[in-house]
Amino acid sequence: MASLIAKSPCAGMAPISVGDAALREVDPGVITSLSPLAGGDVGALKAAHGMAFPAPGRASGKAGARAVWSGRGQAFLIGPAPDAALKAHFAMTDQSDGWAVLGLEGTAAREVLARLCPLDLRPDRFKRGHTARTLIGHMTGSVTRVGADSFDLMVFRSMAQTAVHEIEEAMKSVAARG
Amino acid sequence: MRIDGKGLINRAAPLRFTFDGAGVTGFEGDTVASALLAQGTKLMGRSFKYHRPRGVMTMGSEEPNALVTTGRGAGQTPNVRATMQEAFEGLEVRAQNAWPSLDFDLLAANDLLSPFFSAGFYYKTFMWPAKFWEKLYEPMIRRAAGLGALSGEPDTGLYEKAFAFCDILVIGAGPAGLMAALTAGRAGADVILADEDARMGGRLLAESHEIDGKPGPVWVDEVLDELEAMGNVRLMTRTSVTGAHDDGTYGALERVGLHMADPGARPLETFWRIHTKRAVLAAGALERPIAFPDNDRPGVMMAGAVRGYLNRFGVAAGQRVAVFGNNDSAHRTAQDLAAAGVEIAALIDSRADAKVCGDYPVYTGAQVTGTKGRKGLTGISVTTATGVQQVESDCLAISGGWNPTLNLTCHMNGRPVWNEALQAFLPVPDMVPGLEAVGAANGVFSTAGALAAGVDGAKNALQAIGKKPVSVDIPKAEDGTYALSPLWVVDGKSRAWLDFQNDVTVKDVKLAAAENYASVEHMKRYTTQGMAPDQGKNSNVNALAVLADATGRGIPETGTTTFRPPFVPVSLAAIGAGARGKGFAPERFTTSHAASVAAHAPMIEAGLWYRPSFFPREGEKTWRASCDREVAMVRNAVGICDVSTLGKIDIQGKDAAQFLDFVYTNMFSSLKVGRVRYGLMLREDGIVMDDGTTARLADDHFVMTTTTVAAGQVMAHLEFVAQALVPDLDVHLISTTEQWAQFAVAGPKSRELLNAVLDDGLDPEAWPFMACGTASVAGVEGRLFRISFSGEHAYEVAVPARYGEGLWRLLISQAEALGGGAYGMEALNVLRIEKGFITHAEIHGRVTADDVGMGRMISVKKDCIGKAAASREGLSASGREQLVGLRPVGAVKQLLSGAHLFNETAEAVRVNDQGYVTSVGFSPTMDTFLGLGFLKNGRARHGERVRMVDHLRGVEAICEVCDPVFFDPEGGRVRG
Repeated sequence: MASLIAKSPCAGMAPISVGDAALREVDPGVITSLSPLAGGDVGALKAAHGMAFPAPGRASGKAGARAVWSGRGQAFLIGPAPDAALKAHFAMTDQSDGWAVLGLEGTAAREVLARLCPLDLRPDRFKRGHTARTLIGHMTGSVTRVGADSFDLMVFRSMAQTAVHEIEEAMKSVAARG
Repeated sequence: MRIDGKGLINRAAPLRFTFDGAGVTGFEGDTVASALLAQGTKLMGRSFKYHRPRGVMTMGSEEPNALVTTGRGAGQTPNVRATMQEAFEGLEVRAQNAWPSLDFDLLAANDLLSPFFSAGFYYKTFMWPAKFWEKLYEPMIRRAAGLGALSGEPDTGLYEKAFAFCDILVIGAGPAGLMAALTAGRAGADVILADEDARMGGRLLAESHEIDGKPGPVWVDEVLDELEAMGNVRLMTRTSVTGAHDDGTYGALERVGLHMADPGARPLETFWRIHTKRAVLAAGALERPIAFPDNDRPGVMMAGAVRGYLNRFGVAAGQRVAVFGNNDSAHRTAQDLAAAGVEIAALIDSRADAKVCGDYPVYTGAQVTGTKGRKGLTGISVTTATGVQQVESDCLAISGGWNPTLNLTCHMNGRPVWNEALQAFLPVPDMVPGLEAVGAANGVFSTAGALAAGVDGAKNALQAIGKKPVSVDIPKAEDGTYALSPLWVVDGKSRAWLDFQNDVTVKDVKLAAAENYASVEHMKRYTTQGMAPDQGKNSNVNALAVLADATGRGIPETGTTTFRPPFVPVSLAAIGAGARGKGFAPERFTTSHAASVAAHAPMIEAGLWYRPSFFPREGEKTWRASCDREVAMVRNAVGICDVSTLGKIDIQGKDAAQFLDFVYTNMFSSLKVGRVRYGLMLREDGIVMDDGTTARLADDHFVMTTTTVAAGQVMAHLEFVAQALVPDLDVHLISTTEQWAQFAVAGPKSRELLNAVLDDGLDPEAWPFMACGTASVAGVEGRLFRISFSGEHAYEVAVPARYGEGLWRLLISQAEALGGGAYGMEALNVLRIEKGFITHAEIHGRVTADDVGMGRMISVKKDCIGKAAASREGLSASGREQLVGLRPVGAVKQLLSGAHLFNETAEAVRVNDQGYVTSVGFSPTMDTFLGLGFLKNGRARHGERVRMVDHLRGVEAICEVCDPVFFDPEGGRVRG
């Protein structure tokens, strides 16, 4: 029997580069939601994967293995498959296919996001390791600062086309101002 | 007339644009108004009501008269202030509210009828007969009165919304604003300096003042250079701060591409939402006119604007200029013009004790009591103690004093206070929390005073945000007095205009008072003073001074109307930027979307999702043909349908079962692992909220399915219940709608199909009806549910979404080999109607569980949300409309949803209404239309005949009432 072909959420839509901003699709690896069970120990995440369970608005870990706060009492472990030891401490749900993950970077990235997100993204306010559940254009999503001028954006997979379109429009508008 | 050597325009860069088709030459740095004035054009518009010829009065956003239309077709923009529109090569400008032309306007006949058009005229005259209003009077009035018109075509221009954040927002870049920005910037604060002009500097560009011994504009450029170099100060030109809103949020409109011949990919405008900790309002002041007879001739202008056009644009607004004022600032106009070689016909000061010196005729204790010249001023009458003199003049510069631009301070309903010495309203502290008005906006009118006030305002703001100010030297500048003696109205026979934009005269305001519209807010509405684009910027204080006089009260007792956002008109295109067409909402696509589109399936919208309506095959000419085939395919072979859009919620935790017992009417704690159960969910008010199936994957792990459209609502409801109603339960919720691509495989050959697709085959014993579990699907770990929305032997198979398209293609090819294929929403709907399954067409927010025949699903063994409310008298009384099936038995065989039901012989009128039809479809299985609907006491009426009447579409049909389950009521097929 033929095996099923996997397709990424933004296949054929990115990368896009306009002016001083570039957008690419990020392969996040495995995304697992972690919600601490009653009596569970959030420290289990550190023991298993090396990063702390993030506080609200924060992301821990580093590229390839990050824990990103994703809502009340919830974080996404992004990158590695979750260690079996976590099961005793967290309600875990596979979210790997539910999200389109986009990397926006470049010196114009903040100006582009200023057209999409009602977030204070000044470098000393939204620091590396800060994250927010917020609006991205018309969509609810997640924005995480992952570098000096780079951000990871997450939106529902089904909205990937709208997301890429709206981000591209903002990129063009910012670039046109010169 | 241009004056050599004057102005800040770039004479090396000439440009041409058109005004009503005629060529106009200007220079880089000109506005439309300055270029027109330079070539001697005084007539720039026709007034709102009387079509009076009007000329430009001001040089800013407060301009009441010189409103023009730019562009053409879809790119046409009406009511553009010629004083704000920068001239550029190729710009097309047209006058408005005139027909056939600005110069010869037939509707100026209205002016002759002016005795009839006084305040309240429409209310008194066009009241009766009432039905004439909408069809006759209103269109007639709208045609005769008005300003610019929209093109009627969709606006194709680009607009944008954006957000900005800072510590200190400085509004206005005149002397006070520049010093505030400098002080805050040097202290290291994040500053945004916003100014609505294309060039920063405020009045320093319009006056001949020196700052620290340098020409004003030179000093401005030095300050701007320093600000720009700081890195922590953002300069936003062409940006009007339009509103002060809650918690330090300000609206601002930036003109981005409106001054360019080819804006490229730039937006025309950007609507900013600026969030700041503190704001310094340095918006300056607006000069106010004096109401004297016939004061609206083209050529009558504000004194500050006349000298502004000279100093900023090198334009003399007239050849023989007269100046009329009640304060010292007016004198500067005469001085500046005289110094530039323009003849001053007269300087008229209403104050008898005014000290005036100048080499031109001076009249003190005098007033202008009349003007001449219909399309352009030719002369004025000056009345002194000794009599009336005629003075030849083509431009009259007037100044009735200055009103601080305090509009933003009033946006949260604060009231300014009257200052007797300045004869003006001044802001009081904290009218808008975190905002302080400084400089002229706070009644400090000298340049030196404004510079110092800017520093003070910034220091206060810095202190408030915990930043230490650094010392700033205040530059030397003029510190003249502002001696003013109030003069609002000069009496005379002719009309004296207060509100030029709305054609409101002194007489109108007096009439309002006489007719007891004596409150300032009533007067405003009765006369329309202060409405429309300029929002009373020119006329407000003058009008209420007249009202105060007419009602025998003082100005402070009379009070002022409320300034509300926006400060300047904001185009809806900017506020709604990005929401045009498909930008209105995100589009959600399933993983099978591309394949469905390739199969020519028309898409319908279900919430934000796009779902295939049907899959046409060759030879099928109508959707019904395709739908009938797809239904038959499912009943006889196998059909595939993408059901990924249904909401899926992962529910975990040791108390998950208890939680489900609480949110569903029926019991879920008794559900075995590996089984699925249908559930019904009520709102707190006892009305049905949603239904769906929930699968138990483990003791502490469930997956709930919701309907497509209620997915978000149910998720929010569950979150609310978990957080607010049962916070002690250990339950964890997350949506997995997007994680799984899920397909219904329905029909007698569904098992055969899946047997070929599942790696381990499909063991009938292991997969009875309502079983669920994991399954390896073509090498991918997936999930399988034996559930059915068609009444057939059916399954839903799910894989992670990345494999969705692959699995869809595989299932379709397998199905087609078995004589089946894809089916769409139309067939899905017919299949479920045949089975009497409900959707939100039935559970539409007004029906109870009992109404849909599921009263017994409210478990008596436990409590659930909505249970108590569902037992309320009105929700359980007899006589409620209950779900029934309908089948046509008369001559007419068509059923229509939305139609109403009546007893067979009763008249089809409201009082006889027995119910309504919610869903219909043609059943190829039973070769008849079938309907679902609600009928009074319907369950007891099976076998009765009722009359369906669709009053809208004019269709009537006799129906037999029956059980809603038409097909396979025993359910043998689904278990097969």
